[in-house]
Amino acid sequence: MSRVRSVLREVWPRLAAIAILVAIWQLVYQSGFFDKVVLPSPLQVWRALGHDLGNGVIWRNTESSIVRLLIGFTVSVAAGTVFGLLEVASSFFERSFGSLVVGLQSLPSIAWLPLAVLWFGLSEQAVLFVVIIGSFPAVALATMNSVRQVPPLLQRAGRTMGASGWRLYRHVVLPAAIPGYVGGMQQGWAFAWRSLMAGELIIASANGLGGLLTRSQQNLETPTVIAVMAVIVIIGMFVDLAVFGTLDNRIRSRRGLLVHQG
Amino acid sequence: MRPATARRMALVPDPALASAKLAVRDVARVYRSARGGKVSACADVSFEVHPGEFVCILGPSGCGKSTLLNMLAGLDRPDRGDVLIDGHPIAGPGPDRAVLFQEPALFPWMSVAGNVDFALKFVGVPKSERRDRTMHWLAKVQLSRFAEAQPHELSGGMRQRAALARALACEPEVLLADEPFAALDAQTREILQAELQRVWLDTGKTVVFVTHNVREAAFLADRVLLMSAPPGTIVEDRAIDVERPRNVDDPALARVVAGIHAHLIEEVNKVVAREIGSA
Repeated sequence: MSRVRSVLREVWPRLAAIAILVAIWQLVYQSGFFDKVVLPSPLQVWRALGHDLGNGVIWRNTESSIVRLLIGFTVSVAAGTVFGLLEVASSFFERSFGSLVVGLQSLPSIAWLPLAVLWFGLSEQAVLFVVIIGSFPAVALATMNSVRQVPPLLQRAGRTMGASGWRLYRHVVLPAAIPGYVGGMQQGWAFAWRSLMAGELIIASANGLGGLLTRSQQNLETPTVIAVMAVIVIIGMFVDLAVFGTLDNRIRSRRGLLVHQG
Repeated sequence: MRPATARRMALVPDPALASAKLAVRDVARVYRSARGGKVSACADVSFEVHPGEFVCILGPSGCGKSTLLNMLAGLDRPDRGDVLIDGHPIAGPGPDRAVLFQEPALFPWMSVAGNVDFALKFVGVPKSERRDRTMHWLAKVQLSRFAEAQPHELSGGMRQRAALARALACEPEVLLADEPFAALDAQTREILQAELQRVWLDTGKTVVFVTHNVREAAFLADRVLLMSAPPGTIVEDRAIDVERPRNVDDPALARVVAGIHAHLIEEVNKVVAREIGSA
């Protein structure tokens, strides 16, 4: 009961904000300021969402996007982790390639797409490339920082128990770095999701939510455009909060790192 | 004074030191300060600790007492001189010397029992024995009920007890403590001092305990080594002949405290005078 109430307390401000935005939207729609073709009413969007969910269009495209994302994200987590650990192991590696990756982060991943298209064509690989290059730096940096920020005291304690070298890493440093590492994965996920949508959108791939967005726009199916945008937001938030949020919460509360709100 | 060449041959156990568990000989350690200058942490420190002895190192802040402890732990190395265990130079940290830090340094991802078990696993105790030994040592520090708690669920005093259990469970020959009770409130500190005395009387470990608290040193130690203002050297080596188990309110202890205190204040005043002079 109290759990339901606490969830409600979390959720209602968001619902209120959404309700207010929808109301404003409805008013703008009714004012006739925009052509009805380019700004449909909330109800039309709702119907389009129901229709496209019903006929499986959204599910199909979501599935292709998620599959791409999982492949790209897995590769970038693996590569980013190895890269981050190399940065920890070698200060030369950090100062050389590590600083390049920091620079890479200031380049929006979508800026790689033209090059990716030249290399791979308007293909799956081009999109995957953009996803990987977009999320890998966040994972690499978080891996390095999470290991660097392990309190030296814990390492000293481990060493006095006779742990050294790889054993010290395996049993003390890496477990201690996990909260920061999970935070980095969460960030990497967010970058991967945005890069994926941007890549699909521009390549207008035959499947995937980004492609659906482009095709709907070209067919002037504005309600579907907005409905798909909502789906993108919902998936992004769901994974961010439900998957990473829960994981992060569990790890932090176990270690006493959560600040409880009275 | 022995010739320098003789000191270099520390690999051969020195018969003259055969009775010493730990020996620090002519040790000096210099640090580079942030501004590029050199800060001498300690200079020409020599002392011995006999098996089963409880030695407190007491001194003003910056006198290098933690540096000495780190060298005994093998976490730091002297620039000059030798640091020996059983007559052999200390090359690095090892489970024969358990360390209690000022912070409990428990691993936050494991339960209290998990922390003790982890230490035992590292020392190579077989799994079948670990549970019993863990529970035995948690009982010794009165934490049996909290075996499955996470470290953050314990109070500061309880965490430090857990750290003590973890340190002693590996049955080290030497326990090194670096102001382990300094961050605790006065009451908890006294309780833990009494408990450490009790555990020490039970186990007879060799202990080196660093503190800046005179009462703590007098209460716990067989011998108090008083260090000078930095660069620290040992200016007094005083045996505390008060019967055990000791009581904090023992008047004999109060007299000892007064004596050490007077000497310590002299050293602290030197530090203050120097700081004011250089300001």
